[in-house]
Amino acid sequence: MKSTLVSNLLCGAAAAALSFSAMAADTVKVGVLHSLSGTMAISETSLKDVLLFTFDEINKAGGIKVGGKKVLIEPVVVDPASNWPLFAEKAEQLLVKDKVSVVFGCWTSVSRKSCLPVFERNNGLLFYPVQYEGEELSKNIFYTAEAVNQQAVPAVDYMLGEGKKKFFLLGSDYVYPRTTNKILKQYLKSKGIPDSDIEEIYTPFGHTDYQTIVASVKKFAAGGKACIISTLNGDTNVPFFKEFANAGLTSENCPVVSFSISEDEFRGLPAKQLVGHLGCWTYFMSIKSPENTKFVGDFMKWIKAPVVTGVDYKVTGIDAKGRVTCSPMNLSRIGVYLWKQAVEKAGTFEVDAVRTALIGQKFKAPTGEVTMQENHHLINPVFIGETLATGQFKIIKSLGAVAGEPFSEKFLTKK
Amino acid sequence: MKSPFPKRELCFIAVIAALVLVVVPCLNAFVPSTSALHVSTFTMSVYGKYLTYAVLAMGVNLLWGYTGILSLGQCLFFSLGGYCLGMNLMLMIGKLGQYKADIPDFMVFLEFPKRFPETGGLPPHWIPFKHFWFAALMVVVVPAVVAYIFGWLAFRSRIKGVYFSILSQALTYAATLMFFRNDFTFGGNNGLTDFKFILGFDVNHPATKRTLYVASGVLLLLVYLFCRWLNTTKFGLIQRAIRDSENRVLFSGYATAHFKLFVFVVAGVIAALGGALFVPQVGIINPSEMAPDKSLEAVVWCAVGGRQSLIGPILGAISINSLKSYATHAFAEQWPYILGLLFIFVTLFMPKGIVGIPEQFRELKARLNRKPKDETTTAPVPVEPAKPKVS
Repeated sequence: MKSTLVSNLLCGAAAAALSFSAMAADTVKVGVLHSLSGTMAISETSLKDVLLFTFDEINKAGGIKVGGKKVLIEPVVVDPASNWPLFAEKAEQLLVKDKVSVVFGCWTSVSRKSCLPVFERNNGLLFYPVQYEGEELSKNIFYTAEAVNQQAVPAVDYMLGEGKKKFFLLGSDYVYPRTTNKILKQYLKSKGIPDSDIEEIYTPFGHTDYQTIVASVKKFAAGGKACIISTLNGDTNVPFFKEFANAGLTSENCPVVSFSISEDEFRGLPAKQLVGHLGCWTYFMSIKSPENTKFVGDFMKWIKAPVVTGVDYKVTGIDAKGRVTCSPMNLSRIGVYLWKQAVEKAGTFEVDAVRTALIGQKFKAPTGEVTMQENHHLINPVFIGETLATGQFKIIKSLGAVAGEPFSEKFLTKK
Repeated sequence: MKSPFPKRELCFIAVIAALVLVVVPCLNAFVPSTSALHVSTFTMSVYGKYLTYAVLAMGVNLLWGYTGILSLGQCLFFSLGGYCLGMNLMLMIGKLGQYKADIPDFMVFLEFPKRFPETGGLPPHWIPFKHFWFAALMVVVVPAVVAYIFGWLAFRSRIKGVYFSILSQALTYAATLMFFRNDFTFGGNNGLTDFKFILGFDVNHPATKRTLYVASGVLLLLVYLFCRWLNTTKFGLIQRAIRDSENRVLFSGYATAHFKLFVFVVAGVIAALGGALFVPQVGIINPSEMAPDKSLEAVVWCAVGGRQSLIGPILGAISINSLKSYATHAFAEQWPYILGLLFIFVTLFMPKGIVGIPEQFRELKARLNRKPKDETTTAPVPVEPAKPKVS
């Protein structure tokens, strides 16, 4: 009896000592700036999850090796609550109060625009992982995100190749759809599509009444050879596709290519109504590669018992049901690894040194090798996928690596 | 009656004002950042933001608590004020934007130079906003005109109570949708951002931030004194009479619509002034600031702080926003539950909000004191139980 007690005590002491030594290891604070409440929470929460997973992955593998020392990542998670001025406040809090070395975050362009001055003023570092409209280049932001020429342009090319002649551009009314569609219109015109065969409609965030719009889509698609290029964001997709299916429209008579629906959105969307519709991303969960099998497998395992190894951080609020991986998640993870490699190369967490070291950094991602270019965008392979009833995508075309270019003038004139 | 403010209240205001307007900025400017007493520019700036929210809440309260008009669209005026000043700040960026152009970035990529070739891409109504004085004037004029037109139509048609609330909400929602449109020339969903200079000073410089903070504090003080003064006038009396029984006031020969219209315009201007100081401090103004839920939030601040008192909305705005700032960092996952439960608690158990707490305690004490008396006197006196209901 006594001996077991003693051994228990000893074990406890040993465990305490171990955990103490873990605590004593060097840590670096890293900020996570994604909305966990409000309209964008449905999309952004998954990015917070995958970031914590990646931190754990790195910590488990021994952390970041800087100057002969092993440094573990300690996350600082905040909730900017889909509130744009709050994004700026939280970004500043992370940089000034918590003194984080890097921040991973933002989904909408307006949230990025809101914090951009904060990062420039405090010389911070932000990794931005979600497809966006370009027309911006800050020395303090690295855009692992797909630029327009890595998503919208290839998708339209594919549609043209399929013999589509009429394009209905439907988006949420904010700057990403507006700019993307502006570029697409120019692009379509250069491919000989007349103005009369292009229609453009925008609906506000959180819009739910798609009856009239779907009616006009039906009219537009009546002659055949029509498709919809959709940049609808967030939960507005649910009422749109419901209405779309109710009106008798299908992927056969009018396919929809969505730039904002990934596997993750299908957790809240009835995928059955979207079967056959297309997506275009630089990553799909269904991609077959040893790296992807490991990423997906490890993530699924992690989500059931989420921890961030080695640091004093308690993971809470994780929904383990029906989890998937998607492009923004993959790009978030790529960002963390690129940053880690750059820190190791620079031998310091100092922003200016890391920024220089980031250029040219390569990473073996689930889809193949990606490279960070001098323009802070990635060279990344692009894929077209077809929606399946399971909410997954069947890859129907692989378009090879495309070098991201934020300024449309440059890639439109190149062609 | 000549001096409306009792001495005790004046002392109280003076102490708070000195603390907010003198001590905090000094702790920021003169105490080294290593000291425990130092107030960081970030913290000060965040509180500067809360002060502008408090100004907005004062406006809401002037309408709701003192005139009985529940407007759910006050953030429209807040944002209009913000936009008017923001336009000036936008034009002050000069060639420092992404495109190194003379006009703001969003005008470049939305191809405004094609739409407005004669002005080099700048929409004509933007031109006078190059002058700060014009923008400052518009901060007052634009919301006042909008409030006047809307108020005139609503009050003249004797739209009251919940119908007015719904209409005001519809108005601000309509404005949100309009500002969302990129064609509306105010930057669409992104709004106006990435400011560099205000009146030639670097917006991001600590000294500028300090000045803006102090300006917000001074504005709040002035608005407080104004509302306090208005209360003591005959106008204030009629205002409260309208709240309590509009028909009686109407039949006494007062044109209540005119009184209400005046208060509505004043509340709009107060909100706009708050908005104008909000924008340079947070660095962005966009349509989601005028979305109906923001205006509802402002109403909640008043309710939590305690309406029908002047200090209540200030307490409510500052405490809720501080709590929100703290909780979104410390309890990133759970904070909506915390705030939600707090609101439920306040609605159920604190009908008079934070300012009502001392009174509630007094009532509770009185009730507790009475109880033993009730038990000793076996024969109940009929008048006794009715007494505590006086409030």
